[in-house]
Amino acid sequence: MSQTKKAADVVLQGVTKRYGAVTAVKPLNLHIKAGNLVTLLGPSGCGKTTLLRMIAGLERVTEGRLLIGGRDVTDMSAGERNVSMVFQSYALFPHMSVRENVAYGLISGGVARREALEKAEGALATVGLKGFGDRLPSEMSGGQQQRVAVARALVLEPDVLLFDEPLSNLDARLRRSMREEIRALQQRLGLTVVYVTHDQSEALAVSDQIVVMRNAEIAQAGSPRELYEAPENVFVATFMGEANHVKGVLRDASPGEGMVQLGDLAIRLPHKGLSEGEVDVVIRPEAIMLTEAGAGGVLTGTVATATYMGAHAEYNLDTQVGRLFAIAPEATRLRRPGEQVGVRLADHGVFAVRAG
Amino acid sequence: MKRIDPAVAWWFVAAVGLCLLPWYMVQDGFLSALPAFGTGDPEAASAAVQVFSRGRWWFLPMFAALAIGAAGFLSARRETRAIAFIAGGALGVAGLVLQAWFIGLRGWTYPWLVALFGELGDRQFGVGVGGALAFGGFLLLLTEGLAVRGYFGGDRFVSGAVGVLTACIALFTIWPVAIMLGQSLTASADQTLLTSFLQRFATGKNWGLACLSGGGSCGVAWNTLALATATATSCTVLGLAFALITVRTGFRYKKFLRLLTILPIITPSFVVGLGLILIFGRSGIVNQLVESVTGANMGRWIYGFGGVWLAQTFSFTPTAFLVLIGVVEGLSPTMEEASQTLRASRMRTFKKVTLPLMMPGLANAFLVCFVESLADFGNPIILGGSFGVLSTEIFFAVVGAQSDFGRAATLGLILLGFAATTFFLQRRIVGTKSYVSMSGKGDTGLAQPLPRPVRTFAFAVAIPWSILTVTVYLLALMGGFVKVWGRDWTPTLSHFGRAFAIEWGPGGIIWAGGAWNSLFTTIKLAAIGAPITAIIGLLAAWIFSRKNFAGRGILEFALMLTFCVPGTVIGVAYILTYNIPPLEITGTATILVICFVFRNLPVGVRSGVAALSQLDKSLDEASVMLRASSFRTLTKVVLPLIKPAIVTALVYSFVRAMTTVSAVIFLVSAEYEMATVFIINRSINGDYGLAIAYSAVLIVLMMAVIGLIQLGVGERRLGRRKALAPTPVLKPAQEMP
Ligand SMILES: Nc1ncnc2c1ncn2[C@@H]1O[C@H](COP(=O)(O)OP(=O)(O)OP(=O)(O)O)[C@@H](O)[C@H]1O
Ligand SMILES: [Mg+2]
Repeated sequence: MSQTKKAADVVLQGVTKRYGAVTAVKPLNLHIKAGNLVTLLGPSGCGKTTLLRMIAGLERVTEGRLLIGGRDVTDMSAGERNVSMVFQSYALFPHMSVRENVAYGLISGGVARREALEKAEGALATVGLKGFGDRLPSEMSGGQQQRVAVARALVLEPDVLLFDEPLSNLDARLRRSMREEIRALQQRLGLTVVYVTHDQSEALAVSDQIVVMRNAEIAQAGSPRELYEAPENVFVATFMGEANHVKGVLRDASPGEGMVQLGDLAIRLPHKGLSEGEVDVVIRPEAIMLTEAGAGGVLTGTVATATYMGAHAEYNLDTQVGRLFAIAPEATRLRRPGEQVGVRLADHGVFAVRAG
Repeated sequence: MKRIDPAVAWWFVAAVGLCLLPWYMVQDGFLSALPAFGTGDPEAASAAVQVFSRGRWWFLPMFAALAIGAAGFLSARRETRAIAFIAGGALGVAGLVLQAWFIGLRGWTYPWLVALFGELGDRQFGVGVGGALAFGGFLLLLTEGLAVRGYFGGDRFVSGAVGVLTACIALFTIWPVAIMLGQSLTASADQTLLTSFLQRFATGKNWGLACLSGGGSCGVAWNTLALATATATSCTVLGLAFALITVRTGFRYKKFLRLLTILPIITPSFVVGLGLILIFGRSGIVNQLVESVTGANMGRWIYGFGGVWLAQTFSFTPTAFLVLIGVVEGLSPTMEEASQTLRASRMRTFKKVTLPLMMPGLANAFLVCFVESLADFGNPIILGGSFGVLSTEIFFAVVGAQSDFGRAATLGLILLGFAATTFFLQRRIVGTKSYVSMSGKGDTGLAQPLPRPVRTFAFAVAIPWSILTVTVYLLALMGGFVKVWGRDWTPTLSHFGRAFAIEWGPGGIIWAGGAWNSLFTTIKLAAIGAPITAIIGLLAAWIFSRKNFAGRGILEFALMLTFCVPGTVIGVAYILTYNIPPLEITGTATILVICFVFRNLPVGVRSGVAALSQLDKSLDEASVMLRASSFRTLTKVVLPLIKPAIVTALVYSFVRAMTTVSAVIFLVSAEYEMATVFIINRSINGDYGLAIAYSAVLIVLMMAVIGLIQLGVGERRLGRRKALAPTPVLKPAQEMP
């Protein structure tokens, strides 16, 4: 099956959702480019599902406009929007065969039954399930069911395909291969996909763009690299991967870079338009390098705990700026608790963000 | 594929109702006017004809409504169409309702209308087939417009369903209850409204306390409450004993105990009463034995409070048992285990953990039985004697010599007040305080054995009681096989013969027995009512568990009200309301079917809600995302997956329609006689043999129906993983008044 039609973009203009007094999504602007896979990432209850369901049309937008492919769909019902969705529970109809499941949407849309069943067969082939059409969903494995759900959504050639935590019911290994399959399919067919997850590694692996949400609003949106390497606040930094954060003072702020005082240590750090004064400094564990105590350009610290992890070693270090968590790539010489060490910071993985 | 716009279809329905069909119901029955149609009988003409021939101007607003609706089709703008449909539909419904309400058999129905407009000089009958069709058409045109306008999520099916549901509840619950209220508030001759109401309401016949001081009898309201309290207490204790034995002991005959729970569903409630008469009545076995041995006469104690209490305890213990099985099963053993690891003895654990955890469940069982007792009619009418309760007193106020509808309405109001209070109390308890199955974690613990004293108590109570129950039922049935109970014990089939004789005549079979007529009528009407009950009930369940819309809370409340109106109250309210135009349907089969549908609606709604709560909501949503309409979602996805619930709803509404007494006793007519009413009348006349023979046939019939349907329900085609916990077909629905 090939996607002949050009995928559509999605534009959210001040989209808001309130349930009575609860605001599930605060006014929010977002442009999802056509043919992109965008993940909505964030902690539980931050409004990801609500946002996705508003795009789907399962939830009415309280305020704002929603455009898909340039068409205002705010007041349209789910069926009128040409959007498909893959549910967390897959929601395959248990009493219909796999083929009937996939053909269901086509028949609803008025396609003749025969033709619909043929197309369904094609869609099943696309997801690698040729020959499974006569089975019942319950006679398939979790991963296969998931693919049926994808085929069922794809067969309608939607403008936008939505996934709500599609992999959370699968085991870790299957999750990894399924996410690659979804990504490959999306790129092959040039689909616009919005994908909800709360697993940041999944988001990093599949996305063109990641939208990190917190408390019903966007904390930061950008490419996976931007979010990991240039988070705008501590929340995004800690959410996108492990990170220490400590207090520092910014001096000599020039656009893009500045001198940050961390205890006794002064280092040049990149930043995004901060003004001088107190800032938060985010340090990725792998950006911390241990050297001998007393060397120049280092903080001194004491090893509090040391854990041997096979391929690497993990340390908790007590320094004058507070406790730091560090990952050392080599585990050949494991340092002992109580040992004095020098803490040096790498060029990458350390950034100054607005004090929060 | 081009489909007809549904709005056009509904418009045509309304138009046909107005222009082509007889508007009034001239004779009994909606369709009876059809033959007279076109014969020149002016009353049998359509509304359109009557506007011209009789100058009945009050139909004109409805024609205006048609015109407005038609204007909607001509517009291409969605907004304009929506508004035209809404305006047309609303005007049509309002015009129809108002003219039916304000113009009756004697012209204007209210004096203030006469004062305002002067004498009308014309009159009209009740609404017939044309009017009914027009009402439906206008109503659905209105809901269609609302959906186009974007209400109900723009879903025309949902909006139509809500409209129909609202209309049904308004017509067949709210209106009759309001009429009853009005009746009890009507002033009697030369009295002010207040005094006459107070006189009816506060009379000593209702609230007197003379029995406490030993002088005479207490008021019926107190009688009713005392009886309900006694019954609910005994039923809850017995039910708990049964439930503990079934769930928490290795008792060998558990299956048999569970079987007892089916009895009250398949038997009319008064069968127990009949059984008790045969045991303890004047010519009952026990009385005769005692008399022959000691020479003492035990008297008529069974006719009165004691007898009714006993009968109700027999009748409703299974209900409490059912409720409490769920409660005991739902207790998380982990809590008890925790208590035991904290060094509490078994007895202490039972007292301090188990019992408090069950408290809300016990309260629920108590209140369920309380309401059952309030609403029970069969047992008090057979055993009550001079001990009157509200439900029987209402009946006697209507059929008795004085035929005092004001009093009947007032008593109905009191009974409704009691029932509604209990009902909402129960909902509060169940809604807020259910600790059961709240653990959330998988319950891996083992259920603790009962402490010895509790165990002993449970067995000591439950075993004799279940033996007694079986005895009562068996004796009740044996009564059908002897000549004259207590006097002539010759075995005979003559009672069955009198009831169910079949003869061969020249023209084929002659149903000569006296019971055939009522049996056929009952089966026919119950069979008509059952699918309607199932459809409305499941539709309501689906709407309330899946859809959100403005006014949902109010509708839900109104439906709840339908659930808690006791049968006798509905009976009185219905005759008060439907005896006169605009909806003159007393004495017809229609009113009986409607009565069945609304009395049994809780069964449909409950089984629907239970089944839907097991069905993942995302299945519905997936279907919607796959461009299916609500109707397609319902028929292709939801209904096939809740088949057992459909069957449950069908079976129980059929069975309950066959065994119900309380409401229908007011509504039967010579033409449409019900089996249960026939039996009651026979037993009131002392003809126990025939009454019992007939009951036996009913019980066997009910068992056959349930058995057959259980066999007939196909396994759902869901494959090896039973992902959706199947709802057992035979899950006796909790009975409500
Ligand atoms: N129907 C509703 N009524 C009231 N509040 C709701 C409703 N649905 C969601 N909410 C609230 O809106 C907020 C966002 O919910 P949402 O389901 O979008 O979270 P989420 O980001 O998907 O979380 P999770 O990762 O746990 O799935 C939550 O605080 C939730 O309690
Ligand atoms: Mg979610």
